[in-house]
Amino acid sequence: MADHSRTTGTRVGGPGPVRHLLRLVVTTYLFLLVAWPLYLVGRNAFADGFVDLTAILTDPDVTHALRLTVVIAVAAVMINTVFGVGISILLVRYNFPGTRLLNALLDVPLSVSPIVVGLALVLVYGGREGWFGPTLEAAGLQIIFAVPGMVLATVFVALPLVIREVVPVLEELGDDQEQAARSLGANALQTFRRITLPSIKWGVIYGVVLSLARSLGEFGAVKVVSGNVLGQTRTATLVVEEKYLNFDKGGAYATAFLLALVAVASIIVVSALRPKEDR
Amino acid sequence: MTSAVLAPDGPAANRRSARGGLPLTPVSGLGLGVAMLWFSLLVLIPLAAVVVTASQGGWGGLWQTVTNEQTAAAIRLTVGTAALVTLVNIVMGTLIAWVLVRDRFAGKRALEILIDVPFALPTIVAGLVLLSLYGPDSPLGVNVANTRAAVFLAFLFVTLPFIVRTVQPVLAELDPEIEEAAASLGASRLTTFRRIILPSLTPAIAAGAALSFARGISEYGSLVLLSGNLPMRTEVASVRILSSIENDNPDSAAAVAVVLLTISFAVIVVLDLVQRRVVRRG
Repeated sequence: MADHSRTTGTRVGGPGPVRHLLRLVVTTYLFLLVAWPLYLVGRNAFADGFVDLTAILTDPDVTHALRLTVVIAVAAVMINTVFGVGISILLVRYNFPGTRLLNALLDVPLSVSPIVVGLALVLVYGGREGWFGPTLEAAGLQIIFAVPGMVLATVFVALPLVIREVVPVLEELGDDQEQAARSLGANALQTFRRITLPSIKWGVIYGVVLSLARSLGEFGAVKVVSGNVLGQTRTATLVVEEKYLNFDKGGAYATAFLLALVAVASIIVVSALRPKEDR
Repeated sequence: MTSAVLAPDGPAANRRSARGGLPLTPVSGLGLGVAMLWFSLLVLIPLAAVVVTASQGGWGGLWQTVTNEQTAAAIRLTVGTAALVTLVNIVMGTLIAWVLVRDRFAGKRALEILIDVPFALPTIVAGLVLLSLYGPDSPLGVNVANTRAAVFLAFLFVTLPFIVRTVQPVLAELDPEIEEAAASLGASRLTTFRRIILPSLTPAIAAGAALSFARGISEYGSLVLLSGNLPMRTEVASVRILSSIENDNPDSAAAVAVVLLTISFAVIVVLDLVQRRVVRRG
């Protein structure tokens, strides 16, 4: 395939001016839209050397927010990984009515506004007027304006990512090996642990890395359900907003830089990990 | 083809159960039950709550909320800008995909990574990132902060990966021999592109455009610092919903949310139809 694209590159893309023009247009566009602005955030974060970065890393409110962000993201990723791998196997390997509908529904979180996600969760789990909220709070479980709600919101927005990575791998794989394992007497758990899991390992890993990046950076949905209480339910993205609006631009850029670093690193990790033939 | 983020073969429709899959066993049935319970508690019931809350005031109430001057302006701005951005993405996304598949040059891997950055970057950071080049301290001298151009720019940034990542794998699979045949029969490069390549790419472009549009109309985070959220001017639908929530007016928040959900739902249906057509053809 690589050879094909090379020959066509010279054929249809055309040797000479057209190809160079297209290359120039695309590079300029991406430079102006992504690369340069991204670089400037890094530069602004270090405008005064390491002062801003040190300041946020020694601010107990910020470090609390960073820790909370990591805890929520890790919890959300674990939930989404178990759910995602499970539902992918059910969808690909089993026959049951409603598969098509479930397929479509699983992509819904991708097209729902984060604010609507937050609103939806408040309407059901809100302590005052939610459908289940008052009952749950009577039982001592506060969800909205507390960490469980922030985890729910994060799980919601990152829900399809693991599924989207694992399903194509499962389909590609086929079920010959699993059938062989079963015919040799392996039970479902053994087949999953010994055969399925090792083969879908990379798909799961990409899904986890992408979900982690998405979960660490969730803003709108978490903002609605968190109540944004200083030192309690404030996450890293909320710190960026608060610092910027309070004219602490240095702190905002430094926190944004940390978040951007994780995001870009995740993309690079996934892109480097992908098997060569996939590129 | 690389797509670190969006599974290259795209959303829902490709995820069909293997023909002749296993019937559910008791254990897998239980698993499905637990998964569905969780999915309902997390996604389906909350979204249903939004629809129920919006409909409590009846159609009249819903209509009244949505046609409120400020809300209508926000919805118009959101849908209009998302449509415009999607048009730009159709051209630029296809072009980028083309260059990534058919061209070879140093630094192409770096471009691949840049494409995925908007997907992984937290939206609030995306706003700050754009503000640093197109805000008050712009080294270019371009300041779009608190204008409608800022909304356009933010949408353009967050929707960048969608069309590129849906078109790229299709373009890579395209058989170059057909293009060569067309060329050898005397078709110009433009004719080959218009008659041979474009028709094969159309379904992928449509699918990517739907995703890009849906992402655009639901955008919130990148606008917070960038657009100023000025009523009647730069305020988008998501911001209207948030201010209704903050003013303790969940009914009108839900009404606007239902408008957004309806548009998203329509987009998912269109996307599914387009993909089904591709499957039939293929």
